[in-house]
Amino acid sequence: MARTPVTAAAVDVSRGGAAPAGASGAERISALAQRHGALVVLVAVVLVTSLSFDTFFTGYNLNRLAVNAAFLAIVALGMTFVIITGGIDLSVGSVFALGGVLAAWASQYGTLPALLVPVAAAGAIGLANGLLVARTRLAPFIVTLASMLGARGLMLAVSGEGNETYLVPQGSAFLELAQGGLFGIGYPVYLTLALFGLGGLLLRRTGFGQSVYAVGGNEDAAALMGVRVARTKLTVYLMSGLLAGFAGALNAAYLGSGVTILGFAMELDAIAAVVIGGTLLTGGLGYVSGSLVGVLLLKVIQNVINLIGSLSSSYQQVVSGLFLIAVVVAQTYLSRRRRIG
Amino acid sequence: MTGPDAPLAPILETAGLTKRFPGVLALDEVAFSLRPGEAHALVGENGAGKSTLIKVLTGVYRPDAGSLLFQGAPLRPATPLDAQRAGISTIYQEVNLVPLMSVARNLYLGREPKNRLGLIDFGRMHAEAERTLREYGVSVDVRAPLRTLGLGAQQMVALARAVDVDARVVIMDEPTSSLEPREVETLFGVIGRLRERGIAIVYVSHRLDELYRVCDRVTVLRDGRVVHTGALAELPRLRLVALMLGREVEQVRREGLTRFSGERTASADEPVLVAEDLRVRHLVDGVTLRIRPGEIVGLGGLLGAGRTETAKAIAGALPLDGGRVSVAGVPLRRRSTAAAIRGGISLLPEDRKAEGIVPGLSVRDNIALAALPRLSRFGLVSERRVDRVVATFMERLRIKAAGPHQPVGELSGGNQQKVLLARWLALHPKVLLLDEPTRGVDVGAKAEVQRLIDELAADGLGVLLISSDLEELIEGSERVVVLKDGAVVGELVGEDVTEDALLAAIADAAGPDGTAPVPAAPGGEAGSG
Repeated sequence: MARTPVTAAAVDVSRGGAAPAGASGAERISALAQRHGALVVLVAVVLVTSLSFDTFFTGYNLNRLAVNAAFLAIVALGMTFVIITGGIDLSVGSVFALGGVLAAWASQYGTLPALLVPVAAAGAIGLANGLLVARTRLAPFIVTLASMLGARGLMLAVSGEGNETYLVPQGSAFLELAQGGLFGIGYPVYLTLALFGLGGLLLRRTGFGQSVYAVGGNEDAAALMGVRVARTKLTVYLMSGLLAGFAGALNAAYLGSGVTILGFAMELDAIAAVVIGGTLLTGGLGYVSGSLVGVLLLKVIQNVINLIGSLSSSYQQVVSGLFLIAVVVAQTYLSRRRRIG
Repeated sequence: MTGPDAPLAPILETAGLTKRFPGVLALDEVAFSLRPGEAHALVGENGAGKSTLIKVLTGVYRPDAGSLLFQGAPLRPATPLDAQRAGISTIYQEVNLVPLMSVARNLYLGREPKNRLGLIDFGRMHAEAERTLREYGVSVDVRAPLRTLGLGAQQMVALARAVDVDARVVIMDEPTSSLEPREVETLFGVIGRLRERGIAIVYVSHRLDELYRVCDRVTVLRDGRVVHTGALAELPRLRLVALMLGREVEQVRREGLTRFSGERTASADEPVLVAEDLRVRHLVDGVTLRIRPGEIVGLGGLLGAGRTETAKAIAGALPLDGGRVSVAGVPLRRRSTAAAIRGGISLLPEDRKAEGIVPGLSVRDNIALAALPRLSRFGLVSERRVDRVVATFMERLRIKAAGPHQPVGELSGGNQQKVLLARWLALHPKVLLLDEPTRGVDVGAKAEVQRLIDELAADGLGVLLISSDLEELIEGSERVVVLKDGAVVGELVGEDVTEDALLAAIADAAGPDGTAPVPAAPGGEAGSG
């Protein structure tokens, strides 16, 4: 007997059947909460902190915070695309570190190599991730777990088991790119905002962006509707790799050297930021602006804990973890409500 | 509207279409032809080859032999996308869109209107989406996520999209299976307008009323072969059902066929199973069943009539919207499979592979699986007791295996079925629900399974038997309850359980008033559109 109508009707039953004419009030509220919940919390945290600590809302502290957040934000941008397609990229932390070391090493040959070498290497890893995920249909978790290990190994090999630290030559343009600024705001902040602007445009206003949502929302349906599923997946992993490599290079310039212990568990911070920003971990729904807010929120919490001083910075992780759980619980609750309402 | 005999060149035509799967000839030289502007019903029972034919037409499968002509030229679609680009669109039973994306984005995915900068022009997209959807009787906020729409509206969006990509042929696979009556009406209106535009419709449905209302012509498939093709209006319902099931019904007469037994006939025993007024939205519509100990009650009806769903509803595997189930006078309060099993109801599911056996586990482990709680003490399984139970059932059910430790996946279909049966019997059920117990089982094993069912009933079990094999249903059951569109439309008792009577009951569309949830066409003489 027909098996399919069972599922079809089950969906209908859970939806309560009757067709609402449009988005209901509850639907709209939960969509707003999904989308802007993190922003509301961010504003609240910033307000409270500004009132509590004189040293928080100062140009110096805010700029430092923003530049600090820029590197994670760039990584989170790529991660946003990957997660919206329903995938995950665990390799970004390792690629970030590899990018930093390569950039510091290549900076002796000039600014252009210092940018191109890490980005090219990161792009190659992203491409490999994408090819494996898109063509062989292996689970992204496994594929990127493998490349995470691989990239970390490569980084150690390049840096002589981590013993060799390459320094970026003093006074080079590469250094200036990350350490300089305009109107009291660091260049990395401008770069990050520009990348997010482009990313948002790409996601919301182009056919490629639509296919990213479609692949994450219902891969089979997307394929039937003519979306190039494999190409879309390939592209998002490539983008994620490129952005992680670029962020690593920028970070090396900011620090003046390729620090091999950086980027550890950064992929998890990036995933946390993306999810806090309202992107569904299951794919199909998400916003680049949300990821930016998510990154800022994580960094502000870190900053606050530093300001309190008496608290060990270890607690930053605890707070971030609790926050993540709260967001995921809220998301699950909201989407369940929406399905019923 | 194009009449069924309009002398138009076919828009889609197949000749000698053959598709083989390992051990099965799914399509056997199928000749199918579709005229522009017609609605063509494609019918057949499970395994008749309908879905294989659709999949070949839409590029999911490639045929082993035969030709496919589309608008006079050969077509060999390699993917569904190829077929779609050529002009063959499919509306699936389950809406195949992206629920989280907005209505308009779903409608225009992959072909979004762009502005001069190459960016998506949402203003134009939304306006066009609204206009397009209004033609389909859907006026919604096109910016809202698709999933906020009812299923009927979603189905319309899928249809609008399918037609909007320049379809010349639209294949609809059970399009009404999850629609409300009002939505069905809208769909029929849209189908009418599509036909006026010369678009041909292939309509697959098990609801005969709908076929007679919507379709001009019909092609009946059975065992991969076309057994009939022609104007639908000239084909009486009874004959259509007989063709689908492969029966001769020339001698069938209507009189005295759908007789309700009303109050059950005098019997000493109280029913072991009472299911009253079971309701599952869209699927089961007020079914009442009583089974006495030692009785085998058959559940008849066409595919999609709600037989499997009724069994699942009784066994707690489908959430009920209404109704009560009690076993030996004790009502089941919690609605879950676990509660049903504890209450003494065992369901042998239709799909052995997906819902039953664990192929990698041994015969012993498969049998013991459900009974483990009964066979253990303080959470520890008593191996000795398991061995004893397994040995008992392997002998009693004559399971042919190298030994209790052979993986079930290596056994024949019949023996796999027996292992499943043993699993449930090890729970000492009072009621056994058997859904197609002999499907995919070879002839010898089939007879043995049937004998087994008889023995089990003789031991006092109440048995509900679902089977598409008419002979099995008729010879096995003392009573056959006939379902249609999820409702009981007839009951045959004792001597009345005959093939002719069953066929007539299945085909009888008029039925008792008020039992058919779908707007019924007047009798079997519905004209062509």
